[in-house]
Order: sequence, then structure tokens, then C-alpha cells
Amino acid sequence: MKPAQHPVQRPRDAKLLVVDEQGRLAHARRAQLADFFAPGDLVIANDAATLPASLHGVHARSGQALEVRLAGRHSLRVDDVRAFSAIAFGAGDHRTRTEDRTAPPALRAGDSLQLGPLHATVLRTLGHPRLIELRFEGEIDAIWAGLARHGKPIQYAHVREPLALWDVWTPVAALPVAFEPPSAGFVLDWSLLQALRERGIGFATLTHAAGISSTGDAALDARLPFDEPYHIPASTVRAIERTRAAGGQVIAVGTTVTRALEHAAAGGRVPRAGDGIADQRIGAHTRLQVVDALLSGTHEPGSSHHELLRAFMPDDVLSRIDDALEQQGYLTHEFGDSVLVRDLFTPAGAGAGRDPPRTRGTVTRGLSLECAH
Amino acid sequence: MTRSSFHGLRVAITGGTSGLGLALVRALHAAGAQVAFVARDTAHVARTAAALPGTHGIAGDVSRKDDIHRIALQINATLGGLDLLIHNASTLGPTPLKLLADTECEELEAALATNLVGPFRLTKALLGALSASARDGRTACVLHISSDAAVTPYARWGAYGASKAALQHLARIWDEELREHGVRSIALDPGDMDTPMHAAAIPDADPATLKRPADAAREILERLLAERLIAPLPEAAA
Repeated sequence: MKPAQHPVQRPRDAKLLVVDEQGRLAHARRAQLADFFAPGDLVIANDAATLPASLHGVHARSGQALEVRLAGRHSLRVDDVRAFSAIAFGAGDHRTRTEDRTAPPALRAGDSLQLGPLHATVLRTLGHPRLIELRFEGEIDAIWAGLARHGKPIQYAHVREPLALWDVWTPVAALPVAFEPPSAGFVLDWSLLQALRERGIGFATLTHAAGISSTGDAALDARLPFDEPYHIPASTVRAIERTRAAGGQVIAVGTTVTRALEHAAAGGRVPRAGDGIADQRIGAHTRLQVVDALLSGTHEPGSSHHELLRAFMPDDVLSRIDDALEQQGYLTHEFGDSVLVRDLFTPAGAGAGRDPPRTRGTVTRGLSLECAH
Repeated sequence: MTRSSFHGLRVAITGGTSGLGLALVRALHAAGAQVAFVARDTAHVARTAAALPGTHGIAGDVSRKDDIHRIALQINATLGGLDLLIHNASTLGPTPLKLLADTECEELEAALATNLVGPFRLTKALLGALSASARDGRTACVLHISSDAAVTPYARWGAYGASKAALQHLARIWDEELREHGVRSIALDPGDMDTPMHAAAIPDADPATLKRPADAAREILERLLAERLIAPLPEAAA
């Protein structure tokens, strides 16, 4: 798949691949998205705003330039903004592919980093010379101001234009806790939220500190996703309970929402409200308990996001999706096209407490239904 | 005023280091709200924050596009969300006040940038936080500080009056569109106050005839309560 190269969140010609309960594929325009949900369904998005997590500066001991990309945090608490895990790069910027970036200077515990107005200390390396834990010095409000002024959104070589914060904040972005954008949420706009409301489809949010999707280093990438703190509001849990009671489906916007909801459910059918740290991997072995369908960007085989799709469907369906995305010229990465997939392992009606299957006539109406087998 | 109604309310105020904005910062801080305020001058921001411990001072200029998301980030980060956004920062346009025909186009554009486009951008950037508050059953409100110059066509108040008229209408359309999402929007005219801005507009006005900013701030907060734009906190209701 080709990466989407322009930072447009909602291109007019964005595509949507829909996989129905039978594993059949249909191609739609993303503007038709609301047609694929039914009254009583609940759409849940990640309302994390994206931090300007890329910080350029100087490694004091060596005098060398470096870039650190903030990558993890212990909690979402507003005053917990001192300690971060981070990935270090040598001199250069995003226009060089991460794979080709120079190594950072050797980093040791106690090293000072001057990152624009921010002063940080390396606390330790985390099992890899480029993965560190650092601590910002100073007052909390000054740290936030320093991040806001000096930081830049993390971006990769496939988007040439420098990204601004407004490029990476979804229309529902709130707490700035994501390290990379929860980009599945780029599909949302207020017109869609209005359409959902008019059709009796619920909308709720949770906040999940979406982490770095790729580091350019195979050993580090194998450790992704890192642990990610999240918060699920009580109002969202109540909305899930109402949806369950009415036999509606829970649609997660993005892999981060899936990870948070399934982690908070801990094997039950309804997640608990409050704070947690998602540390699980979702893949072929996972049986989904809360999420019935996933609206996501397109992901390439080998990524942790792609692996998560194996929780939703058998590998043969997934490879048909991969083929269809490739053949039909879907764009990938943050500003690319979208897929809507159902949990094919838990047919509607089969799960405990799940209501009998409904006829979802809206799914195929007006579409060029294409069975790829 | 029911002071407890403001306890724990997360409020952001632009133009918070002088005049009505400072009075609102003080009143809300005294009533137990969590307050973040924005102003252009870094030294003024630091001084005000130091004088009111617990408030969060943010240096930024709402008329600058590049500042908006930085401001929004700091508001959301330092307050942990947002319940009430008060667009108070404002410019008169050219002073001494000019006839419209003598007003440079750039002066009108600058007035619109501060008084209209800035508030629009900042509301948009903070809408995610405000709507999250609404879904949680908290207050979710945007207050636009307006003026009688938005309604009455005073000579020499062209740049200011036109920008405030547009802001007032913007507030009404926001309310039409956002009400279904639980977010409310209102514009209020605080009246003629004894503020640095009023002195710049009418240097020889008798301060004794003008409202004190603290009184105007109290009236505004009472009005928000009367209009039921401030919801009881979920914790208090439980």
C-alpha cells in the first residue's frame, strides 16, 4: 500500500473497506460511514490530543545534537509530566527515514539534555541504547509550556510537510496525552457526530495515550506497543451497558480504543470505569469481549496494528483484505483510508448476553458489493 | 452567588491579567474554581499567577494562529479538561478611535483576528474537551464577552463594534449547533467598566460613572448560574 503523503484528515475521496459478518468485502466512500451503523449502536473514540512529542536539543556531555521522541508515561495525571520513556535519535529530522537515522550519542544515567527551554536528565536506559527514561526538571506548568512551545508532532518521512498540532489533533481531541495521533479518529467530524445522533447511534469517548507506532529499529519495534495508560469515563461505561441491554454493537474507533476497552473488561463483558494501563497484546489468541467492530486506518502486515486485526477475523479473511486494499489502491498510514471490520469470531447472538443477530440491511445498500473470493 | 457552584469548575479565561479578565480570574479562583488564564505579556502572566497561587498562567496571543493549539494544549493539560471557556481578550482596534473611513484595512483585520477569529479558533481547538465534559454531565459552556457596541452603531467604534457584532452572532450559531452535544454558548455585555481598555477608548471619562470590573465579574457569574449554564458538579450531586 502507498502511504498517504498529505496531512489532510478527511480527504473528500477517502475510501472505506467494509467487512460484514460473513466476511464479505465491500468498497464504499468514507463519507457513507454512518450508513454502516444501526440505531442502538455505540461508536467509541479516543479523545486524546497528540503531544508535540518530538524534541530537538543537545546532549550536554558530548555536545552532540539529538532528537528525543517521548514514548511513554506512567499515568495520565496532569501533574505526572516529569518522567517519560523516550526514544533517542542522532542529528537530523523526520525527512530521513527512521531506519536511516544516525545513532544518538551514547546515553548514560545522569546525562543532561537541553531540549529547547526544557531541561531533562537521563534516568536510565531501558534495555536498549536508544530507549531511555528521562525526567524533566522544573515546575509542572513550565514543563507543559516548554512542550507546547518547543515540541513538534512526531512524523515520518512519508509526509514531507512539517506537521502542526492542528494536523494531528482529531476533531474531538482533549487531553494531550497521545504520543502519536489516534489517527482512526481523523474520520470524525461534527457533521458525522450530528448524523449519528439523528440516527439514534450513540457516541462516547475514552482517553488512551496512543504510543509510538514505529521506531525504525527492529529490536525496538518488536517491543511495541509499549504500555499505554488510559481513562474510561463512567458515562462511557454506562453507554456500553445501555448498548448491551438494547442489543446494539460497540464500534471501536481505532486500535487504542480496542486495547483500552478490552483491558478494562479483564475478561468480562463490560469494562470498568477509571484509570488503567493497557499492557496486553491483542492478536490471534485474543477473544474480544467488548468490541464488536473496529473502524481503523489501513495497516500493513507486520505492524502491531495489523496483528490486532487477527483478533477480529481468521487469517484467510485478513489476507483477502490485504489483497483488496493493495489492488484497489487504498492509502495507508495516519492520513490514509479506512477499514470497518466486525468481530467474526463472535457471531452476533453467540456471545453471552448478546442479542440475536439483526438484519443489517444498511450494510450493503447502495454499494458495489465485491466478494473477493 | 452560590459559591459552591464554581468549586472544582475548570475554567479558562483569555485576557486574564487586566480589567474584567483579571476580575473574573480572581472571582473564580476565590470561589474554588480551577483557573487557567491566557495573556500576551509573559511577565504579567507570571506576576498574576504568583499572586493567585493555584492558578495556571499561559503566555500566548489568541490573534496568532500558531499560538492557538499551544494555548489549548496547556489549558487541557494544566486543568485536566475544561468546563467553561471565557473569551475575554479583546482589542479596540486603532486608538485613538477612528472613523471607519480613516481605519486602515489592516487595522480592521487585526481587530477581527483578536476579537473574532481567535475566539473561533480557540473554541474549535477546545471543543473536544468541552464536549467530553458535557458527556460526563459536567458544565460545558463558552462565554463570549461582548459589548453594547455590538448592537448600537457608535461612530468611531467601527472596527471594535463590527468585530463584537460578529462575535455575538458567532456565539449564537455555536449555541444552535452545539446544544445537541450538550455544549452551550452565550455572549454577555458586561457594561461600561473602569478598565484600561475603557481609558484607552474614552480617556476623559469619569471613572466614578463606570462599573468596577469586580462587580461586572460577579454579575456575569450570577448570570451564568441564573441561565443554568453552570451544572452542579457530578460529585456534588451524588
